[in-house]
Amino acid sequence: MSQDATSLAYLIASVLFILSLKGLSSPETARQGNMLGMLGMAIAVATTLMAPHVVGYGPIAAMIVLGGVIGAVVARRIPMTSMPELVAAMHSLVGLAAVLIAVAAFLSPTEYGIAGADGRIGVGSLVEMVIGAFVGAITFTGSVIAFGKLKGTFGSAPVVFRGQHLVNLTMAMAMVAVSVHFCVTQSFASYLVVIGIALLLGVLLIVPIGGADMPVIVSMLNSYSGWAAAGIGFTLGNHLLIVVGALVGSSGAILSYIMCRAMNRSIWNVLFGGFGTETAESPQQAAAGKGAKSGSPEDAAFLMKNGSSVIIVPGYGMAVGRAQHAVKEMAELLSEAGVSVRFAIHPVAGRMPGHMNVLLAEAEVPYDQVFELEEINREFKDCDVALVIGANDVVNPIARSDPGSPIYGMPILDVDKAKTVMVVKRSLAPGYAGIDNPLFYADNTLMLFGDAKEIAERIVQSL
Amino acid sequence: MTETQAITEVAGNVHGALPSPFLVGLTVFVLAVFVGYHVVWKVTPALHTPLMSVTNAISAVIIVGALLAAGPAELNLATGLGLAAVALASVNLFGGFLVTQRMLEMFRKKK
Repeated sequence: MSQDATSLAYLIASVLFILSLKGLSSPETARQGNMLGMLGMAIAVATTLMAPHVVGYGPIAAMIVLGGVIGAVVARRIPMTSMPELVAAMHSLVGLAAVLIAVAAFLSPTEYGIAGADGRIGVGSLVEMVIGAFVGAITFTGSVIAFGKLKGTFGSAPVVFRGQHLVNLTMAMAMVAVSVHFCVTQSFASYLVVIGIALLLGVLLIVPIGGADMPVIVSMLNSYSGWAAAGIGFTLGNHLLIVVGALVGSSGAILSYIMCRAMNRSIWNVLFGGFGTETAESPQQAAAGKGAKSGSPEDAAFLMKNGSSVIIVPGYGMAVGRAQHAVKEMAELLSEAGVSVRFAIHPVAGRMPGHMNVLLAEAEVPYDQVFELEEINREFKDCDVALVIGANDVVNPIARSDPGSPIYGMPILDVDKAKTVMVVKRSLAPGYAGIDNPLFYADNTLMLFGDAKEIAERIVQSL
Repeated sequence: MTETQAITEVAGNVHGALPSPFLVGLTVFVLAVFVGYHVVWKVTPALHTPLMSVTNAISAVIIVGALLAAGPAELNLATGLGLAAVALASVNLFGGFLVTQRMLEMFRKKK
Protein backbone atom coordinates (compact mmCIF):
# COMPACT_ATOMS: atom_id res chain seq x y z
CA MET A 1 0.00 0.00 0.00
CA SER A 2 1.46 3.35 -0.94
CA GLN A 3 1.96 6.05 1.66
CA ASP A 4 -0.75 8.17 0.10
CA ALA A 5 -3.24 5.31 0.26
CA THR A 6 -2.32 4.75 3.91
CA SER A 7 -2.85 8.42 4.73
CA LEU A 8 -6.17 8.41 2.91
CA ALA A 9 -7.35 5.33 4.83
CA TYR A 10 -6.34 7.01 8.10
CA LEU A 11 -8.29 10.10 7.08
CA ILE A 12 -11.39 8.02 6.43
CA ALA A 13 -10.96 6.35 9.84
CA SER A 14 -10.65 9.80 11.50
CA VAL A 15 -13.90 10.97 9.91
CA LEU A 16 -15.67 7.78 11.02
CA PHE A 17 -14.51 8.35 14.60
CA ILE A 18 -15.86 11.89 14.52
CA LEU A 19 -19.18 10.56 13.24
CA SER A 20 -19.27 7.96 16.01
CA LEU A 21 -19.13 10.74 18.61
CA LYS A 22 -21.64 12.80 16.67
CA GLY A 23 -24.09 9.87 16.80
CA LEU A 24 -24.27 10.21 20.58
CA SER A 25 -26.26 13.43 20.27
CA SER A 26 -29.41 11.31 20.51
CA PRO A 27 -30.17 7.75 21.67
CA GLU A 28 -31.72 7.06 18.27
CA THR A 29 -28.53 7.63 16.30
CA ALA A 30 -26.10 6.40 18.96
CA ARG A 31 -26.03 2.73 17.99
CA GLN A 32 -25.32 3.56 14.38
CA GLY A 33 -22.56 5.90 15.55
CA ASN A 34 -20.95 3.11 17.52
CA MET A 35 -20.96 0.92 14.40
CA LEU A 36 -19.22 3.65 12.43
CA GLY A 37 -16.59 3.79 15.18
CA MET A 38 -15.99 0.06 14.83
CA LEU A 39 -15.71 0.43 11.07
CA GLY A 40 -13.17 3.22 11.51
CA MET A 41 -11.14 1.05 13.86
CA ALA A 42 -11.22 -1.88 11.44
CA ILE A 43 -9.94 0.35 8.65
CA ALA A 44 -7.17 1.77 10.85
CA VAL A 45 -5.97 -1.65 12.01
CA ALA A 46 -6.16 -3.28 8.56
CA THR A 47 -4.25 -0.40 6.98
CA THR A 48 -1.51 -0.57 9.59
CA LEU A 49 -1.16 -4.34 9.18
CA MET A 50 -0.37 -3.72 5.50
CA ALA A 51 2.55 -1.40 6.35
CA PRO A 52 5.76 -2.71 4.72
CA HIS A 53 7.73 -3.61 7.83
CA VAL A 54 4.81 -5.07 9.78
CA VAL A 55 5.48 -8.76 9.12
CA GLY A 56 5.39 -10.58 12.47
CA TYR A 57 1.76 -11.54 12.02
CA GLY A 58 1.81 -14.64 14.26
CA PRO A 59 2.63 -12.96 17.58
CA ILE A 60 0.50 -9.94 16.66
CA ALA A 61 -2.56 -12.09 16.01
CA ALA A 62 -1.98 -13.92 19.28
CA MET A 63 -1.88 -10.63 21.21
CA ILE A 64 -5.00 -9.26 19.51
CA VAL A 65 -6.90 -12.46 20.32
CA LEU A 66 -5.65 -12.43 23.91
CA GLY A 67 -6.62 -8.80 24.51
CA GLY A 68 -9.79 -9.10 22.47
CA VAL A 69 -11.09 -12.09 24.40
CA ILE A 70 -10.40 -10.42 27.74
CA GLY A 71 -12.10 -7.24 26.56
CA ALA A 72 -15.12 -9.04 25.12
CA VAL A 73 -15.67 -11.19 28.19
CA VAL A 74 -15.42 -8.21 30.54
CA ALA A 75 -17.74 -6.13 28.32
CA ARG A 76 -20.35 -8.86 28.42
CA ARG A 77 -20.15 -9.71 32.11
CA ILE A 78 -19.63 -6.34 33.79
CA PRO A 79 -22.64 -5.22 35.83
CA MET A 80 -23.79 -1.70 34.92
CA THR A 81 -23.21 -0.55 38.50
CA SER A 82 -19.49 -1.18 37.92
CA MET A 83 -19.17 0.96 34.78
CA PRO A 84 -17.07 3.65 36.53
CA GLU A 85 -14.45 1.05 37.50
CA LEU A 86 -14.39 -0.39 34.00
CA VAL A 87 -13.90 3.02 32.44
CA ALA A 88 -11.08 3.85 34.89
CA ALA A 89 -9.42 0.51 34.12
CA MET A 90 -9.59 1.19 30.40
CA HIS A 91 -7.99 4.62 30.84
CA SER A 92 -5.11 2.96 32.64
CA LEU A 93 -4.59 0.53 29.74
CA VAL A 94 -4.38 3.37 27.21
CA GLY A 95 -1.86 5.11 29.47
CA LEU A 96 0.32 2.03 29.85
CA ALA A 97 0.15 1.24 26.14
CA ALA A 98 1.28 4.82 25.40
CA VAL A 99 4.30 4.40 27.69
CA LEU A 100 5.27 1.07 26.10
CA ILE A 101 4.99 2.47 22.59
CA ALA A 102 7.04 5.55 23.46
CA VAL A 103 9.82 3.36 24.88
CA ALA A 104 9.68 1.04 21.87
CA ALA A 105 9.95 4.05 19.57
CA PHE A 106 13.02 5.21 21.47
CA LEU A 107 14.63 1.77 21.24
CA SER A 108 14.09 1.28 17.51
CA PRO A 109 13.65 4.76 16.00
CA THR A 110 14.33 3.58 12.46
CA GLU A 111 11.08 1.57 12.42
CA TYR A 112 9.20 4.82 12.82
CA GLY A 113 11.44 6.87 10.56
CA ILE A 114 12.38 9.25 13.35
CA ALA A 115 16.11 8.55 13.37
CA GLY A 116 18.51 10.79 11.48
CA ALA A 117 21.19 9.50 9.11
CA ASP A 118 23.59 8.96 12.04
CA GLY A 119 21.01 6.85 13.90
CA ARG A 120 20.43 9.58 16.48
CA ILE A 121 16.97 10.94 17.19
CA GLY A 122 16.28 14.65 16.67
CA VAL A 123 15.71 16.83 19.74
CA GLY A 124 12.16 17.58 18.60
CA SER A 125 11.30 13.88 18.53
CA LEU A 126 12.92 13.39 21.93
CA VAL A 127 10.76 16.14 23.42
CA GLU A 128 7.67 14.51 21.90
CA MET A 129 8.74 11.15 23.36
CA VAL A 130 9.06 12.65 26.81
CA ILE A 131 5.62 14.23 26.57
CA GLY A 132 3.98 11.05 25.24
CA ALA A 133 5.52 8.82 27.91
CA PHE A 134 4.93 11.35 30.69
CA VAL A 135 1.21 11.84 29.99
CA GLY A 136 0.80 8.09 29.46
CA ALA A 137 2.50 7.25 32.77
CA ILE A 138 0.42 9.73 34.78
CA THR A 139 -2.75 8.43 33.13
CA PHE A 140 -1.74 4.86 33.94
CA THR A 141 -1.07 5.14 37.67
CA GLY A 142 -3.70 7.85 38.22
CA SER A 143 -6.35 5.59 36.70
CA VAL A 144 -5.18 2.60 38.72
CA ILE A 145 -5.67 4.64 41.90
CA ALA A 146 -9.05 5.92 40.67
CA PHE A 147 -10.04 2.32 39.86
CA GLY A 148 -9.05 1.20 43.35
CA LYS A 149 -11.00 4.02 44.97
CA LEU A 150 -14.10 3.31 42.89
CA LYS A 151 -13.91 -0.39 43.61
CA GLY A 152 -13.37 0.25 47.30
CA THR A 153 -9.99 -1.50 47.38
CA PHE A 154 -8.16 1.55 48.72
CA GLY A 155 -11.06 3.29 50.45
CA SER A 156 -12.47 6.39 48.81
CA ALA A 157 -11.42 8.88 51.50
CA PRO A 158 -8.95 11.54 50.41
CA VAL A 159 -5.37 10.90 51.54
CA VAL A 160 -3.73 14.17 52.51
CA PHE A 161 -0.43 14.76 54.25
CA ARG A 162 1.53 17.86 55.13
CA GLY A 163 3.76 19.26 52.44
CA GLN A 164 1.91 17.30 49.74
CA HIS A 165 1.97 20.14 47.24
CA LEU A 166 5.65 20.77 47.93
CA VAL A 167 6.48 17.11 47.28
CA ASN A 168 4.53 17.20 44.00
CA LEU A 169 6.19 20.43 42.95
CA THR A 170 9.67 19.11 43.75
CA MET A 171 9.01 15.97 41.75
CA ALA A 172 7.66 17.94 38.82
CA MET A 173 10.78 20.11 38.81
CA ALA A 174 13.05 17.09 39.10
CA MET A 175 11.25 15.59 36.16
CA VAL A 176 11.77 18.67 34.03
CA ALA A 177 15.48 18.62 34.88
CA VAL A 178 15.88 14.92 34.02
CA SER A 179 13.87 15.45 30.83
CA VAL A 180 16.26 18.17 29.71
CA HIS A 181 19.18 15.85 30.47
CA PHE A 182 17.49 13.14 28.38
CA CYS A 183 16.86 15.43 25.42
CA VAL A 184 20.50 16.54 25.41
CA THR A 185 22.24 13.21 26.07
CA GLN A 186 19.68 10.73 24.71
CA SER A 187 20.37 8.52 27.71
CA PHE A 188 17.99 5.59 28.14
CA ALA A 189 18.50 5.63 31.91
CA SER A 190 17.27 9.18 32.27
CA TYR A 191 14.27 8.33 30.06
CA LEU A 192 13.35 5.59 32.51
CA VAL A 193 13.79 8.01 35.43
CA VAL A 194 11.39 10.46 33.77
CA ILE A 195 8.82 7.69 33.36
CA GLY A 196 9.36 6.55 36.96
CA ILE A 197 8.72 10.04 38.34
CA ALA A 198 5.63 10.41 36.14
CA LEU A 199 4.27 7.10 37.44
CA LEU A 200 4.72 8.29 41.01
CA LEU A 201 3.16 11.67 40.25
CA GLY A 202 0.06 9.94 38.87
CA VAL A 203 -0.41 8.24 42.24
CA LEU A 204 0.23 11.38 44.27
CA LEU A 205 -2.12 13.54 42.22
CA ILE A 206 -5.11 11.20 42.65
CA VAL A 207 -4.77 9.93 46.26
CA PRO A 208 -5.88 13.25 47.82
CA ILE A 209 -9.18 13.23 45.93
CA GLY A 210 -12.30 11.90 47.64
CA GLY A 211 -15.02 9.59 46.36
CA ALA A 212 -17.60 12.27 45.60
CA ASP A 213 -15.20 14.03 43.24
CA MET A 214 -14.75 10.87 41.19
CA PRO A 215 -17.01 12.07 38.33
CA VAL A 216 -14.50 14.87 37.74
CA ILE A 217 -11.49 12.62 38.11
CA VAL A 218 -12.81 9.91 35.82
CA SER A 219 -13.56 12.58 33.19
CA MET A 220 -10.15 14.15 33.65
CA LEU A 221 -8.35 10.83 33.23
CA ASN A 222 -10.49 10.24 30.14
CA SER A 223 -9.09 13.49 28.84
CA TYR A 224 -5.50 12.52 29.79
CA SER A 225 -5.81 9.20 27.97
CA GLY A 226 -6.68 11.21 24.86
CA TRP A 227 -3.74 13.58 25.28
CA ALA A 228 -1.50 10.53 25.77
CA ALA A 229 -2.68 9.11 22.43
CA ALA A 230 -2.10 12.49 20.77
CA GLY A 231 1.39 12.65 22.31
CA ILE A 232 2.23 9.28 20.76
CA GLY A 233 0.79 10.60 17.49
CA PHE A 234 3.29 13.46 17.57
CA THR A 235 6.12 11.08 18.45
CA LEU A 236 5.33 8.81 15.52
CA GLY A 237 4.22 11.59 13.18
CA ASN A 238 0.88 9.83 12.81
CA HIS A 239 -2.08 12.12 12.11
CA LEU A 240 -4.73 9.52 12.89
CA LEU A 241 -3.46 9.25 16.46
CA ILE A 242 -3.28 13.02 16.72
CA VAL A 243 -6.89 13.45 15.58
CA VAL A 244 -8.26 10.73 17.84
CA GLY A 245 -6.19 11.95 20.79
CA ALA A 246 -7.51 15.47 20.30
CA LEU A 247 -11.13 14.22 20.09
CA VAL A 248 -10.87 12.09 23.21
CA GLY A 249 -8.87 14.73 25.05
CA SER A 250 -11.38 17.48 24.40
CA SER A 251 -14.27 15.16 25.18
CA GLY A 252 -12.84 14.37 28.62
CA ALA A 253 -12.05 18.03 29.22
CA ILE A 254 -15.63 19.07 28.44
CA LEU A 255 -17.03 16.38 30.74
CA SER A 256 -14.70 17.54 33.54
CA TYR A 257 -15.91 21.09 33.00
CA ILE A 258 -19.59 20.03 33.07
CA MET A 259 -19.00 18.07 36.28
CA CYS A 260 -17.16 20.97 37.96
CA ARG A 261 -19.89 23.39 36.95
CA ALA A 262 -22.50 21.05 38.41
CA MET A 263 -20.66 21.29 41.74
CA ASN A 264 -19.94 25.01 41.40
CA ARG A 265 -16.24 24.34 41.89
CA SER A 266 -13.15 24.97 39.85
CA ILE A 267 -10.99 22.13 38.59
CA TRP A 268 -8.16 23.47 40.81
CA ASN A 269 -10.39 23.24 43.85
CA VAL A 270 -11.18 19.61 42.99
CA LEU A 271 -7.54 18.71 42.36
CA PHE A 272 -5.95 20.49 45.29
CA GLY A 273 -8.83 21.28 47.64
CA GLY A 274 -8.81 18.07 49.72
CA PHE A 275 -12.61 18.40 49.80
CA GLY A 276 -14.59 16.34 52.27
CA THR A 277 -11.80 16.07 54.83
CA GLU A 278 -13.53 18.08 57.55
CA THR A 279 -15.18 15.93 60.17
CA ALA A 280 -18.83 16.69 60.66
CA GLU A 281 -20.75 16.06 63.85
CA SER A 282 -21.86 12.47 64.23
CA PRO A 283 -25.22 11.56 62.67
CA GLN A 284 -26.75 10.62 66.02
CA GLN A 285 -26.01 14.03 67.49
CA ALA A 286 -27.46 15.81 64.50
CA ALA A 287 -30.61 13.69 64.48
CA ALA A 288 -31.24 14.09 68.19
CA GLY A 289 -30.95 17.86 67.99
CA LYS A 290 -33.41 18.51 65.21
CA GLY A 291 -35.75 15.57 65.06
CA ALA A 292 -36.25 14.10 61.62
CA LYS A 293 -39.56 12.41 60.93
CA SER A 294 -39.26 8.81 59.98
CA GLY A 295 -41.82 6.82 58.05
CA SER A 296 -42.39 3.28 56.78
CA PRO A 297 -42.37 2.04 53.19
CA GLU A 298 -46.11 1.40 53.57
CA ASP A 299 -46.68 5.10 54.35
CA ALA A 300 -44.60 5.98 51.31
CA ALA A 301 -46.61 3.67 49.06
CA PHE A 302 -49.86 5.17 50.33
CA LEU A 303 -48.73 8.77 49.82
CA MET A 304 -47.42 8.18 46.31
CA LYS A 305 -50.44 6.20 45.17
CA ASN A 306 -52.74 8.97 46.29
CA GLY A 307 -50.72 11.72 44.65
CA SER A 308 -51.02 12.66 41.02
CA SER A 309 -47.34 13.20 40.28
CA VAL A 310 -44.11 11.73 41.65
CA ILE A 311 -40.55 12.70 40.78
CA ILE A 312 -37.86 10.19 41.68
CA VAL A 313 -34.31 11.47 42.32
CA PRO A 314 -31.76 8.63 42.23
CA GLY A 315 -28.23 8.96 43.62
CA TYR A 316 -25.16 6.89 44.37
CA GLY A 317 -27.13 5.01 47.07
CA MET A 318 -29.29 3.47 44.35
CA ALA A 319 -26.19 2.26 42.53
CA VAL A 320 -24.59 0.82 45.66
CA GLY A 321 -27.82 -0.92 46.66
CA ARG A 322 -28.36 -2.15 43.06
CA ALA A 323 -31.92 -0.95 43.54
CA GLN A 324 -32.60 0.19 39.97
CA HIS A 325 -34.79 -2.80 39.04
CA ALA A 326 -36.93 -2.52 42.17
CA VAL A 327 -37.24 1.22 41.59
CA LYS A 328 -38.35 0.61 38.02
CA GLU A 329 -40.99 -1.86 39.17
CA MET A 330 -42.24 0.70 41.67
CA ALA A 331 -42.43 3.38 38.97
CA GLU A 332 -44.33 1.02 36.69
CA LEU A 333 -46.91 0.14 39.34
CA LEU A 334 -47.43 3.82 40.11
CA SER A 335 -47.88 4.61 36.42
CA GLU A 336 -50.46 1.86 36.15
CA ALA A 337 -52.30 3.43 39.09
CA GLY A 338 -52.52 6.65 37.10
CA VAL A 339 -49.71 8.55 38.82
CA SER A 340 -47.36 10.53 36.60
CA VAL A 341 -43.81 9.31 37.33
CA ARG A 342 -40.66 11.06 36.20
CA PHE A 343 -36.99 10.74 37.07
CA ALA A 344 -34.72 13.72 37.76
CA ILE A 345 -30.97 13.32 37.35
CA HIS A 346 -28.34 15.65 38.74
CA PRO A 347 -25.20 15.80 36.58
CA VAL A 348 -22.91 14.59 39.38
CA ALA A 349 -25.23 11.92 40.79
CA GLY A 350 -23.24 8.70 41.04
CA ARG A 351 -19.60 8.16 40.28
CA MET A 352 -19.28 9.16 36.64
CA PRO A 353 -21.09 11.37 34.13
CA GLY A 354 -24.35 9.75 33.07
CA HIS A 355 -24.06 6.94 35.64
CA MET A 356 -27.71 7.12 36.75
CA ASN A 357 -29.04 7.26 33.19
CA VAL A 358 -27.31 3.99 32.36
CA LEU A 359 -28.63 2.26 35.47
CA LEU A 360 -32.18 3.37 34.72
CA ALA A 361 -31.79 2.31 31.11
CA GLU A 362 -30.57 -1.08 32.28
CA ALA A 363 -33.72 -1.44 34.38
CA GLU A 364 -35.66 -0.60 31.19
CA VAL A 365 -36.95 2.76 32.30
CA PRO A 366 -37.83 4.48 29.00
CA TYR A 367 -35.44 7.37 28.46
CA ASP A 368 -38.27 9.82 27.75
CA GLN A 369 -39.24 9.54 31.44
CA VAL A 370 -35.78 10.62 32.54
CA PHE A 371 -34.99 14.34 32.78
CA GLU A 372 -31.92 16.47 33.41
CA LEU A 373 -31.72 19.13 36.10
CA GLU A 374 -32.57 22.14 33.91
CA GLU A 375 -35.48 20.33 32.28
CA ILE A 376 -37.29 19.36 35.44
CA ASN A 377 -36.27 21.68 38.26
CA ARG A 378 -39.28 23.97 37.88
CA GLU A 379 -41.67 21.01 38.12
CA PHE A 380 -40.93 20.14 41.75
CA LYS A 381 -43.23 22.87 43.10
CA ASP A 382 -46.20 21.27 41.35
CA CYS A 383 -45.44 17.70 42.29
CA ASP A 384 -46.98 15.77 45.15
CA VAL A 385 -44.09 13.56 46.13
CA ALA A 386 -40.36 13.88 45.49
CA LEU A 387 -38.72 10.55 46.29
CA VAL A 388 -34.97 10.87 46.87
CA ILE A 389 -33.17 7.52 46.70
CA GLY A 390 -29.64 7.57 48.08
CA ALA A 391 -28.80 11.14 47.08
CA ASN A 392 -27.75 13.83 49.52
CA ASP A 393 -25.58 16.80 48.59
CA VAL A 394 -27.30 17.25 45.22
CA VAL A 395 -30.63 17.97 46.98
CA ASN A 396 -29.24 19.99 49.91
CA PRO A 397 -31.15 23.32 50.04
CA ILE A 398 -28.24 24.87 51.96
CA ALA A 399 -26.59 25.31 48.56
CA ARG A 400 -29.19 28.00 47.85
CA SER A 401 -29.47 29.58 51.28
CA ASP A 402 -26.18 29.58 53.18
CA PRO A 403 -23.37 31.61 51.60
CA GLY A 404 -20.97 30.25 54.24
CA SER A 405 -21.48 26.65 53.17
CA PRO A 406 -18.82 24.93 51.04
CA ILE A 407 -21.47 23.85 48.58
CA TYR A 408 -23.11 27.30 48.32
CA GLY A 409 -23.99 28.11 44.72
CA MET A 410 -23.97 24.51 43.55
CA PRO A 411 -27.03 23.90 41.34
CA ILE A 412 -29.30 21.48 43.19
CA LEU A 413 -32.55 19.68 42.49
CA ASP A 414 -35.23 21.66 44.34
CA VAL A 415 -36.94 18.65 45.89
CA ASP A 416 -37.79 20.67 49.03
CA LYS A 417 -40.41 22.55 47.00
CA ALA A 418 -42.50 19.43 46.51
CA LYS A 419 -45.56 18.94 48.72
CA THR A 420 -43.99 15.91 50.36
CA VAL A 421 -40.36 14.85 50.21
CA MET A 422 -39.37 11.30 51.01
CA VAL A 423 -35.73 10.43 51.44
CA VAL A 424 -34.52 6.83 51.27
CA LYS A 425 -31.22 6.69 53.13
CA ARG A 426 -29.31 4.39 55.45
CA SER A 427 -28.82 7.02 58.15
CA LEU A 428 -28.77 10.76 58.71
CA ALA A 429 -25.02 10.81 58.05
CA PRO A 430 -23.88 13.82 56.07
CA GLY A 431 -22.91 13.37 52.45
CA TYR A 432 -19.39 13.37 51.02
CA ALA A 433 -19.08 17.09 51.38
CA GLY A 434 -19.45 16.53 55.14
CA ILE A 435 -22.33 18.97 55.36
CA ASP A 436 -25.50 18.35 57.31
CA ASN A 437 -28.66 18.44 55.20
CA PRO A 438 -31.55 20.56 56.59
CA LEU A 439 -33.85 18.85 54.07
CA PHE A 440 -33.95 15.81 56.39
CA TYR A 441 -35.46 17.88 59.22
CA ALA A 442 -37.93 19.89 57.16
CA ASP A 443 -41.64 19.70 58.04
CA ASN A 444 -42.61 18.21 54.70
CA THR A 445 -39.89 15.54 54.75
CA LEU A 446 -40.34 11.91 55.66
CA MET A 447 -37.22 9.78 56.11
CA LEU A 448 -37.30 6.13 55.04
CA PHE A 449 -34.30 4.57 56.74
CA GLY A 450 -32.79 1.48 55.19
CA ASP A 451 -31.16 -0.04 52.15
CA ALA A 452 -32.44 1.44 48.87
CA LYS A 453 -33.32 -1.93 47.35
CA GLU A 454 -35.09 -3.25 50.44
CA ILE A 455 -37.18 -0.10 50.81
CA ALA A 456 -38.10 -0.04 47.12
CA GLU A 457 -39.12 -3.71 47.27
CA ARG A 458 -41.29 -3.11 50.30
CA ILE A 459 -42.96 -0.15 48.60
CA VAL A 460 -43.66 -2.39 45.60
CA GLN A 461 -45.32 -4.96 47.90
CA SER A 462 -47.57 -2.30 49.42
CA LEU A 463 -48.68 -0.85 46.11
CA MET B 1 5.89 10.54 7.72
CA THR B 2 5.62 10.66 4.00
CA GLU B 3 2.15 11.99 4.45
CA THR B 4 3.52 14.99 6.27
CA GLN B 5 6.34 15.25 3.77
CA ALA B 6 3.83 15.32 0.95
CA ILE B 7 1.90 18.10 2.65
CA THR B 8 5.03 20.05 3.45
CA GLU B 9 6.19 19.69 -0.13
CA VAL B 10 2.96 21.13 -1.45
CA ALA B 11 3.12 23.94 1.06
CA GLY B 12 6.78 24.44 0.21
CA ASN B 13 6.02 24.81 -3.47
CA VAL B 14 3.47 27.50 -2.79
CA HIS B 15 5.32 29.52 -0.21
CA GLY B 16 8.89 28.61 -0.91
CA ALA B 17 9.38 27.44 2.69
CA LEU B 18 8.84 24.08 4.40
CA PRO B 19 6.87 23.90 7.64
CA SER B 20 8.25 21.22 9.98
CA PRO B 21 6.35 17.94 10.38
CA PHE B 22 5.70 19.06 13.95
CA LEU B 23 3.84 22.16 12.75
CA VAL B 24 1.76 20.13 10.33
CA GLY B 25 0.90 17.79 13.21
CA LEU B 26 0.09 20.77 15.41
CA THR B 27 -2.26 22.17 12.76
CA VAL B 28 -4.12 18.86 12.59
CA PHE B 29 -4.20 18.68 16.39
CA VAL B 30 -5.63 22.17 16.95
CA LEU B 31 -8.29 21.74 14.29
CA ALA B 32 -9.26 18.33 15.72
CA VAL B 33 -9.61 19.84 19.20
CA PHE B 34 -12.12 22.32 17.77
CA VAL B 35 -14.04 19.55 16.02
CA GLY B 36 -14.06 17.52 19.24
CA TYR B 37 -15.24 20.53 21.23
CA HIS B 38 -18.24 21.15 19.02
CA VAL B 39 -19.21 17.51 18.58
CA VAL B 40 -18.98 16.66 22.28
CA TRP B 41 -21.06 19.64 23.45
CA LYS B 42 -23.91 18.24 21.36
CA VAL B 43 -23.82 14.86 23.13
CA THR B 44 -26.95 14.46 25.24
CA PRO B 45 -26.12 14.26 28.99
CA ALA B 46 -28.04 10.98 29.27
CA LEU B 47 -25.37 9.37 27.08
CA HIS B 48 -22.32 10.67 28.93
CA THR B 49 -21.37 7.21 30.19
CA PRO B 50 -21.52 5.65 26.70
CA LEU B 51 -19.51 8.68 25.52
CA MET B 52 -16.76 7.77 27.96
CA SER B 53 -16.77 4.11 26.98
CA VAL B 54 -16.74 4.87 23.27
CA THR B 55 -13.86 7.32 23.72
CA ASN B 56 -12.11 4.49 25.60
CA ALA B 57 -12.71 2.32 22.58
CA ILE B 58 -11.46 4.81 20.01
CA SER B 59 -8.40 5.71 22.05
CA ALA B 60 -7.49 2.09 21.39
CA VAL B 61 -6.46 3.42 17.98
CA ILE B 62 -3.12 3.74 19.75
CA ILE B 63 -2.88 0.11 18.58
CA VAL B 64 -1.65 1.60 15.31
CA GLY B 65 1.55 2.70 17.06
CA ALA B 66 1.75 -0.63 18.87
CA LEU B 67 1.47 -2.60 15.61
CA LEU B 68 4.30 -0.59 14.05
CA ALA B 69 6.48 -1.37 17.09
CA ALA B 70 5.49 -5.05 17.09
CA GLY B 71 5.86 -5.38 13.31
CA PRO B 72 9.43 -6.62 12.73
CA ALA B 73 9.79 -10.41 12.70
CA GLU B 74 12.76 -10.54 15.08
CA LEU B 75 11.93 -10.53 18.78
CA ASN B 76 13.74 -7.95 20.88
CA LEU B 77 12.83 -5.55 23.67
CA ALA B 78 11.21 -3.05 21.28
CA THR B 79 8.97 -5.61 19.54
CA GLY B 80 8.20 -7.19 22.92
CA LEU B 81 6.98 -3.85 24.26
CA GLY B 82 5.03 -3.35 21.05
CA LEU B 83 3.33 -6.74 21.42
CA ALA B 84 2.39 -6.00 25.02
CA ALA B 85 0.90 -2.68 23.88
CA VAL B 86 -1.05 -4.51 21.13
CA ALA B 87 -2.62 -6.76 23.79
CA LEU B 88 -3.49 -3.80 26.06
CA ALA B 89 -4.99 -1.77 23.24
CA SER B 90 -6.99 -4.80 22.05
CA VAL B 91 -8.66 -5.06 25.46
CA ASN B 92 -9.87 -1.47 25.06
CA LEU B 93 -10.74 -1.91 21.42
CA PHE B 94 -13.03 -4.91 21.85
CA GLY B 95 -14.13 -4.17 25.41
CA GLY B 96 -14.89 -0.52 24.69
CA PHE B 97 -17.01 -0.98 21.59
CA LEU B 98 -18.86 -4.01 22.95
CA VAL B 99 -19.74 -2.47 26.29
CA THR B 100 -20.87 0.71 24.53
CA GLN B 101 -23.07 -1.36 22.25
CA ARG B 102 -24.49 -3.21 25.22
CA MET B 103 -25.30 0.05 26.99
CA LEU B 104 -26.84 1.70 23.95
CA GLU B 105 -29.11 -1.31 23.44
CA MET B 106 -30.65 -0.44 26.79
CA PHE B 107 -31.67 3.08 25.86
CA ARG B 108 -35.14 2.49 24.50
CA LYS B 109 -38.28 4.56 24.24
CA LYS B 110 -41.52 3.56 25.87
CA LYS B 111 -43.17 0.76 23.92
